[in-house]
Amino acid sequence: MSARYQIVHDTHYRYDSPVSLAQQLAHLWPRPCAWQRCTAQALQVSPQPTQRRDDWDVFGNPLTRLAFERQHEQLRVVARLQIEVLERAAPDFAAAPAWEQVRDALTYANQPLSSAALEACRYRFESPYVRLKQRFVAFSESCFQPGQALLAGVQALMEKIFTEFTFDADATQVATPLVEVLERRRGVCQDFAHLMLACLRSRGLAARYVSGYLLTRPPPGQPRLIGADASHAWVSVFCPGQGWIDFDPTNNLRPALEHITLAWGRDFSDVSPLRGVILGGGSHDPQVQVTVMPLDEAAAL
Amino acid sequence: MIYDVHAGSDDASRRWEIDLLPNLIPSGEWQALAAGVAQRATLLNSMLADVYGAQQLIASGLLPHELIFGHNGFLWPCCGIEPPGGISLHVYAADLVRSADGQWHVIADRTEAPSGAGFALENRTILSRVMPELYRELRVQHLASFFNDLQQMLIRLAPTAATPLVVLLTPGRCSDSYFEHVFLARQLGYPLVEGSELTVRDATVYLKTLSGLQRVHSIMRLLDAHLCDPLELSTDSLLGVPGLVDAVRRGRVLITNGLGSGVLESPGLMSYLPSINQQLYGEQLLLPSVSSAWCGDVVVRERVLANLAQHRIVSAFPSQHFVPVCGSSLDATALQALARRISASPYAYVAQSLPPQSQAPVWQSGSGELRARPISMRMYAVATTEGYRVMPGGLTRVAALADQRGVSCQHGGLTKDTWVLGEAAPQGEQWRAQRTIGVAELIRQDPYLPSRVVENLFWFGRYCERCDASARLLRIILTRYLDGDDPLALQAAVELADELSLLPEEGDLPGRLRAALDDADWAFSLRANLLRLQWAASQVRGKLSRENWQALVELQREAQCLEDGEADFGERVDVLNRLVMSLAALSGFALDDMTRDEGWRFLMLGRRIERLQSLCSSLAAFLRGPAVYDQAGLEWLLELGNSSITYRSRYLAVAQLIPVLDLLLLDEQNPHAVLFQLKLLVRANQRLSEEFDSPRDPALALLAEQLRHFDLRSLEHPLFGNASVQAVLAGLADLLQAVAIASGELSERLALRHFAHVDDVSQQTVSL
Repeated sequence: MSARYQIVHDTHYRYDSPVSLAQQLAHLWPRPCAWQRCTAQALQVSPQPTQRRDDWDVFGNPLTRLAFERQHEQLRVVARLQIEVLERAAPDFAAAPAWEQVRDALTYANQPLSSAALEACRYRFESPYVRLKQRFVAFSESCFQPGQALLAGVQALMEKIFTEFTFDADATQVATPLVEVLERRRGVCQDFAHLMLACLRSRGLAARYVSGYLLTRPPPGQPRLIGADASHAWVSVFCPGQGWIDFDPTNNLRPALEHITLAWGRDFSDVSPLRGVILGGGSHDPQVQVTVMPLDEAAAL
Repeated sequence: MIYDVHAGSDDASRRWEIDLLPNLIPSGEWQALAAGVAQRATLLNSMLADVYGAQQLIASGLLPHELIFGHNGFLWPCCGIEPPGGISLHVYAADLVRSADGQWHVIADRTEAPSGAGFALENRTILSRVMPELYRELRVQHLASFFNDLQQMLIRLAPTAATPLVVLLTPGRCSDSYFEHVFLARQLGYPLVEGSELTVRDATVYLKTLSGLQRVHSIMRLLDAHLCDPLELSTDSLLGVPGLVDAVRRGRVLITNGLGSGVLESPGLMSYLPSINQQLYGEQLLLPSVSSAWCGDVVVRERVLANLAQHRIVSAFPSQHFVPVCGSSLDATALQALARRISASPYAYVAQSLPPQSQAPVWQSGSGELRARPISMRMYAVATTEGYRVMPGGLTRVAALADQRGVSCQHGGLTKDTWVLGEAAPQGEQWRAQRTIGVAELIRQDPYLPSRVVENLFWFGRYCERCDASARLLRIILTRYLDGDDPLALQAAVELADELSLLPEEGDLPGRLRAALDDADWAFSLRANLLRLQWAASQVRGKLSRENWQALVELQREAQCLEDGEADFGERVDVLNRLVMSLAALSGFALDDMTRDEGWRFLMLGRRIERLQSLCSSLAAFLRGPAVYDQAGLEWLLELGNSSITYRSRYLAVAQLIPVLDLLLLDEQNPHAVLFQLKLLVRANQRLSEEFDSPRDPALALLAEQLRHFDLRSLEHPLFGNASVQAVLAGLADLLQAVAIASGELSERLALRHFAHVDDVSQQTVSL
């Protein structure tokens, strides 16, 4: 089983005043992973950047560095991808160790770490959007009773976030602190992913932020709206013996054929689709349009 | 002895005091210490290479990953950067305390951007002057070699074979250590720059200078690494230089210390250093650390929790908000709370035990006696081609209280010079740059004059004149108000001040005057302008001589007298008198003290533009008012133009319109005359256009011609009586107004062409 998609991610900045110098980092190309094949990709940038360099970031994601040294009033970055998503082996919930065991295995014990554990240890601590607090331990208490198997606990946490929180695109901004999200019980996929990370990491577990896309379904009988989708985010948890298992707290499911992975890092700040520093510019709300479409549907257009 | 870091600041934390008695270290003791510090620096440098490279130490279990990955000084984007020459830790400092048995212990490692080396040098400069005989007799070792090694290192590791441009990157004058940054920059002879003065193009760092972008090869950062690049590092700081990390990554610029070096500033690491050193070098550590038990290790944690009352708990990470606490000072409930806190995230805590510290005598100037106080000492090491070399001396800090432990006050406090005795190097204390400068290399211009400095010199000049003009006018009004014998003159002066927006509109006259003098919130008050003057001055401190700066400190002191709400108007007139004197002193320094380079020319341009603007606006408003025909009015106009003496000695008569106008408008020998200033401004502007090839603007030159041809006889023999005098005066007022406007426009053009790019605001963008 596999699914093939065409994705267009269109970011458009119209600046209030001219920008004389700009540097942008784009995380818009999919990282290589076992369950995905990228069959075509293109990144269209206007104005023509003065420099463009395709690079890799420290977390193994493709990263495009763009620099603009000529004055400009608009910036448009359009990424087009064709991706095939393959089926992943289902995790074995029953075989997962108790969560405390996982925590202890990742804690310093004066002995060598396997390379998988060393990799996992990168994702156990605070990061800019994920502050660790006792409140997150308390919030997830019911999911992680003593002796609870790791994956069942994570699944319970995902369900808890899904049922207790309301998806509300207007409730938060990129910089809304997690404590506020927790208090107001509303947010978007980035917030839910960050919240889930905070709960897991506050317990000493290893969990990372995954940035990508999700296939949405138009209401029955209606055509797909172009540009109506958005970038998506979910989390991935390290389970010894099984590797990294993805969970999507926004939709209460484990990502399979309808989730397209772009990049992962400690949180949003590591893998923001397009992040930069500009000189000048005035106010600058970007217009972002994302379309995720099954390839056969795209071919029929 | 006290350095007042920010002129006139009351904030004690910003003061730096030096005790008269140095901390004496015998040569043998120092050599053992130096060997220990150098060994530790070598070890820490290797650890940096590992944690930002292969991470073998972590994988092998010698170094807990929590202490690295959990430290927000660990900068992920800096992983994989290969530092030039394999050195990430260019300058290292160790804070040491001595226990009762005489053994020195390291209480803190400083690997981010160790501060205080400049203070050590400043302390030395002062103390060696205060007691020169003693200093010579004890054969105290000189500090010069350390700074020499530092310069050599910055040159040697720079990515160029030619003479590199080295800059010192400072967070700016708001930093507590800014004074030291200025001092260091001056001593090392490198430009002191802020992030906004640097720019990255094509992964190459440039300094924005008056003559364009200049490639920077080496950056000695005095700024925490995570603030250095808003593009890749901390995304909420704009102190840094966007793109710097990539320039470093690609080897286009040297940065010291390497980005991310601060990750090793953690007391949690200390207990792991001996075994890591054993593993890497097969050696024992020469210098012990204070006992530090990291609670992230479960065995250690259980031991600590069992005896919590015996420990002093500190945070493992400097960014953590946790005040060190002694278990012995807590009751049972508080101990339990602390135990819970440690158990919740054990890797964030360290249990230390500090030995009782040795004390040193400190001179109490108040009582004139010696007191014993605990001390700590900061030692410095710099990377050279032959390994780390340690500064023969250092910064000794004195605890404020007799029983205080672990003196590590970052800012302020009492310090001592550290004298390492015996075997002084043959050269003198004044160390010089090693490079011999040939005749062919002689220069008469500052080659790297940063745009920011130029801009601030310009505004420094403008605010000096602005304060002077407003102090003079306010003095005129105050004295007339106090005398009370000439209401007409008073009224005319108040109207002029109104015309110039010097007085707030609301309230009675005394209230308005008070606001114009000392209301820092009233944008046009003298106080507000003095604050701006101080700010601009502090930005260009590196360009001002010691005496010039001293004059500014004087001025600041006078300005503070303005704040005294109790003072009556009589006392305020005295303050104004002294202020005008201080401002005149600054004017003298500008004319006779500064090298006449590009920076000076912008300073003078600022002064001329401001003086011309205020002169022309005042005269124009005066000519339109009723005081033209009033002798008392003309008297104070002369006073405003600082020309009363000249007038009196020339005419031995009361003030009259025609000679007054001649003196204040057309006399090309009077620096307070419009034409004098106008001609100089036109000339300066022409020279600037030639040098920077900018389009000429003839407006001011044309106005100067018009003014030169103004014929005062038209006032003497009016063709059509009084009405025609009125018309001539109105025409003159229009002309003066035009000059004021044109000079304002010139100011804006200069800003746009020569320094606007510095002021432009950087901002972050992020999209989903």
